[in-house]
Amino acid sequence: MQAETTRQAVPGLIRVKKKSRLADLFREVKRNRHYYILISPYMLIFFTFTVIPVVVSMGLSFFYFNMLEFPRFVGWQNYTRLFLDDDVFLIALKNTFIFAMITGPVSYVACFLFAWIINELSPRIRAFMTLVFYAPSISGNVFFIWLIVFSGDSYGYLNGFLMRYGFILEPIQWLTDEKYILTIVIIVQLWLSLGTSFLAFIAGFQTIDRTLIEAGAVDGIKNRWQELWFITLPSMRPQLLFGAVMQITASFAVADISIALAGFPSVNYAAHTVVTHLMDYGTIRFEMGYASAIATVLFLIMIGTNLMTQKLLRKVGE
Amino acid sequence: MTLPAKMLVGFRVRRRLNRSLTVNFLLFAFLGVFGCFSAIPLIYAVNNAFKPLDELFIFPPRILVRNPTLDNFYDLVVLMSNSWVPLSRYIVNTLLITVVGTVGHILLASAAAYPLAKYRFPGSRTLFSIVVLSLMFSGHVTAIPNYMVMSWLGWINTHLSIIVPSLAFPLGLFLMKQFMEQIPDALLEAAKIDGASEYRIYWSVVMPNVKPAWLTLMILQFPMLWGSDGGNFIYSENLKTLHYALGQISQGGIARAGVGAAVALILMIVPITLFIISQSNVIQTMTTSGMKD
Repeated sequence: MQAETTRQAVPGLIRVKKKSRLADLFREVKRNRHYYILISPYMLIFFTFTVIPVVVSMGLSFFYFNMLEFPRFVGWQNYTRLFLDDDVFLIALKNTFIFAMITGPVSYVACFLFAWIINELSPRIRAFMTLVFYAPSISGNVFFIWLIVFSGDSYGYLNGFLMRYGFILEPIQWLTDEKYILTIVIIVQLWLSLGTSFLAFIAGFQTIDRTLIEAGAVDGIKNRWQELWFITLPSMRPQLLFGAVMQITASFAVADISIALAGFPSVNYAAHTVVTHLMDYGTIRFEMGYASAIATVLFLIMIGTNLMTQKLLRKVGE
Repeated sequence: MTLPAKMLVGFRVRRRLNRSLTVNFLLFAFLGVFGCFSAIPLIYAVNNAFKPLDELFIFPPRILVRNPTLDNFYDLVVLMSNSWVPLSRYIVNTLLITVVGTVGHILLASAAAYPLAKYRFPGSRTLFSIVVLSLMFSGHVTAIPNYMVMSWLGWINTHLSIIVPSLAFPLGLFLMKQFMEQIPDALLEAAKIDGASEYRIYWSVVMPNVKPAWLTLMILQFPMLWGSDGGNFIYSENLKTLHYALGQISQGGIARAGVGAAVALILMIVPITLFIISQSNVIQTMTTSGMKD
């Protein structure tokens, strides 16, 4: 807008830039103080119970600490012990990965698929089906019902059913037989895994521009599968990214269901996961340094998988 | 330009584009089968609460109740009024944790979400990135330092240890912030011109406009606190929650099966009812839940 540029008479006489960076920041902070006041209660709690603990946990993983004596620095020893000397941890790690590799993708696809089909229904049936699929994830600890289904005696539903129709003669000990435990925990986890991301997908489908689909049909999209790939998926990318984060984090965090169904510890550690291993050392043995090393490994696995998936998903429909 | 005639005909014949009847049928059947898989355990849990004892242990087991009775609920009241800590105590504890935790979370998360959604100030983007990053790991990661912080604050064996950390649940802030972004700036400008302070704008302009998001935060926070068993933090009997009492009852074995089913029904029916009431609002909030590139 200015007609001519102004220049300092003696260059460098007034050191505008150097001095003012901090002062600028200070002024900015002061100008925005109301916003800082508004966010401070939340951030105070968030930092105390989430951010700082992550950092502390990483630091603590290099110490031996039992809550009574002063922490003693041990370097990488906790990690070498974890990966070289702790057979149970390796079982837990293997189980967690099997678990996450199955429940993560399957529940993600299920959330998407069911939301997609539900979207074709009329609004009232749509609301009902949403409730049917979402209810298990908010009904709290009703998954104890599955204890009755997989109960080891002939009163268990599955045993009762199989015996009645002559598939088996003796009841199977579903929850104490190593062969079945992991599968059962996976099934129950899948049952209650249609949570927040499922709702996000339902909502995502409702925001898709109808005119885009009509335009696609004019341009030669012949069936619903092409419509899904070329129109629906790309327009839902933000929800897809959000849903992936929710499902991945949940699939690595399995513990409660494993404990409720298979016990703690489970028979021969057949349903032992990284989180139950963490609970074992953190709340029973009180080896806090070692437990922190487990927590740090879990943290890195979760963050790593999430960031990798985000990168992959950004390519959808490109 | 060269539209095939077939397609033009198709437009007129079918109401929905590109939908074949066969595939529709197959997909809906698929949905139905998995819908049953999803619903039957819940239907069973509801029916169990009304079954007399002999039906609970029938062989082969049945899902639906034949002679419904309220005996289990009477037994529950009798059992609990005779026990050391009355049932009402567990209910009050659970209600206290749930209501304070949920309302507090909505207030704190929305207060923090408003500046993050609408203004740019030093540190605002970094703070929000940290919140998003924290969606990517579960609370188990922080469990051990949390226990130390709690014992340092002297909050072990108080309800604060359950309520306070839940106030800063990151998903709530994330969803609230995404939803607030769609409030038109003009509305805020107008309030500012009228002389309203930032707090006033937050409370009387922003908050009434994000009611759907309140309900969404409620539906995410409520079941978590409602189902809380106190974890490692609470060990006094008179501070424990309803969910903990359920665990105790069901450990009573066969004789307590009916009462256990009644408590389970109470525990599951409240969050489900809340969801039924708030569903359309929740879906509305979720339309803005996406993560941007």
